[in-house]
Amino acid sequence: MKQFKLTYKPFGNTAILIEWPQQIAIDILNDIRLFVSEIENENYKEILELNYVYNSLLIRYNYRDIHFTDLKNKLKLLYTKEFSEAEKVKNTLWELPVCYDLEFGVDLPFLALEKGMHIDEIISLHTSIIYTVYGIGFLPGFLYLGGLPKKLHFPRRETPRFNVPKGAVAIGGNQTGIYPQTSPGGWQIIGRTPVLLFNIKKDAPSVISPGDKICFKPISRQEFADIELEEEDGNYELKKRLN
Amino acid sequence: MIKVLQPGLYTSVQDKGRFGYRNMGVPACGTMDSISAGLANALLNNNENNAVLEITLQGPKLEFTKPTAIVLTGAQLSPKLNTISISNYKIYTVKCGDILSFGKLTKGLVAYLAVYGGFQSETILKSKSFYTDITTKGRLQKNDFIPYKTITTYIKQANSSIKSTKQFFETNSIEVYKGPDFELFSSAEQDKLVSSLYTISTSINRMGYRLEETVVPHKKSIITSPVLPGTVQLMPSGQVIILMKDAQTTGGYPRIFQLSEKSIAILAQKKAGDTLTFLLLDNS
Repeated sequence: MKQFKLTYKPFGNTAILIEWPQQIAIDILNDIRLFVSEIENENYKEILELNYVYNSLLIRYNYRDIHFTDLKNKLKLLYTKEFSEAEKVKNTLWELPVCYDLEFGVDLPFLALEKGMHIDEIISLHTSIIYTVYGIGFLPGFLYLGGLPKKLHFPRRETPRFNVPKGAVAIGGNQTGIYPQTSPGGWQIIGRTPVLLFNIKKDAPSVISPGDKICFKPISRQEFADIELEEEDGNYELKKRLN
Repeated sequence: MIKVLQPGLYTSVQDKGRFGYRNMGVPACGTMDSISAGLANALLNNNENNAVLEITLQGPKLEFTKPTAIVLTGAQLSPKLNTISISNYKIYTVKCGDILSFGKLTKGLVAYLAVYGGFQSETILKSKSFYTDITTKGRLQKNDFIPYKTITTYIKQANSSIKSTKQFFETNSIEVYKGPDFELFSSAEQDKLVSSLYTISTSINRMGYRLEETVVPHKKSIITSPVLPGTVQLMPSGQVIILMKDAQTTGGYPRIFQLSEKSIAILAQKKAGDTLTFLLLDNS
């Protein structure tokens, strides 16, 4: 622990940006999560909200209550404290059902052709990996996932689609992701999940948190329809897999 | 309640914003010009977080179905109560059946309508601010109803502190702080970013304001990192985008400046073709 040198930068007059080394790494993500849980345990009244992704953490604070330098020093001191063993980060592994039927995975034939791979090969590779959630952003419930194998990297479409359906599972560059809402998008669509990644009817609209892991489980068209109904009724619970 | 006879160009319910869900990717939302919205609430002795109507460029036509007191602030949109012209920053009492309409825009871009006690529309994730996919609607539509509390009498209270602040947005100087990625650029590039005159493009909405000039084209990229309303991003083309209240929570373009809440409010009153300069403040 404490192997990282952090930089603290003012972000306007109401926020502080803490940066870890400029790389995407699980060690960094876990260190951010440990630090965040320490910060949350302290219950600083001047801290309003925080969010983090990859190697940086943004903390919004009430500038009427504390000056940037004082907050920076407070946080620096907290980071030097040894994190307690009980603070070990949890690694929840979620199993996200995805239907790779061609009705949903509209770009699978094109991808298979371009890659010289069989469609089944693409699906089994995509579902064989445990991905890491490096953060949530871009849209409510959009997960930044790390871990897509090189063999599945593929450029975005030259012209984005106006309407990518909610739940579409797609590949763009070296990333894979799920569209939480119907929105414009340029990624290659390979399947669809019936699970709502952002559900305002729930107290925690996003059941998946930054730092969690996910894997994709292939399901049939019938299972997709069943889960979709359960999700509509609010009865569906995302399954955890033992990590 | 208010009945929407005509929705206007882009009219939405907004409060101070939606906080506590940023780590799930939920935008801040909230009033674009929080100073004008705050004045409207203050004049009615409302809570500062009471929901108001944000009216953009072209006003709606609204019918009141219950008596209340109202205040308009922000942009000058030639408002009329029934057939009589009314002024911004003044309290008016309205009766059942009164109609509020708007005319020509003569100053600013967004106006605020506050009612006594605030609008009582749905609260979702601790806020009434409209945002597509979170609230039922992203903007008002014809025949919508927006509830508010009924009052039978309203005693006007003098409020003298308003006059000095109501012209705050009539400046084209936008105060900014250095963004976290400002140092990625050479001092010549930094000078250019700070000293250029910028023009507001036609690509402006609640998510962001794109400026026309291509000032410093570059090939620098950053690892996706948090952004806030008021974050100024420099695109590879050299164009600048200033993120506003409905902006995403993370971004991958260098963050060169950061606006304060007051600067966001001033910018929110600018429209396509207006010019601006940045004034760099020290926040170290």
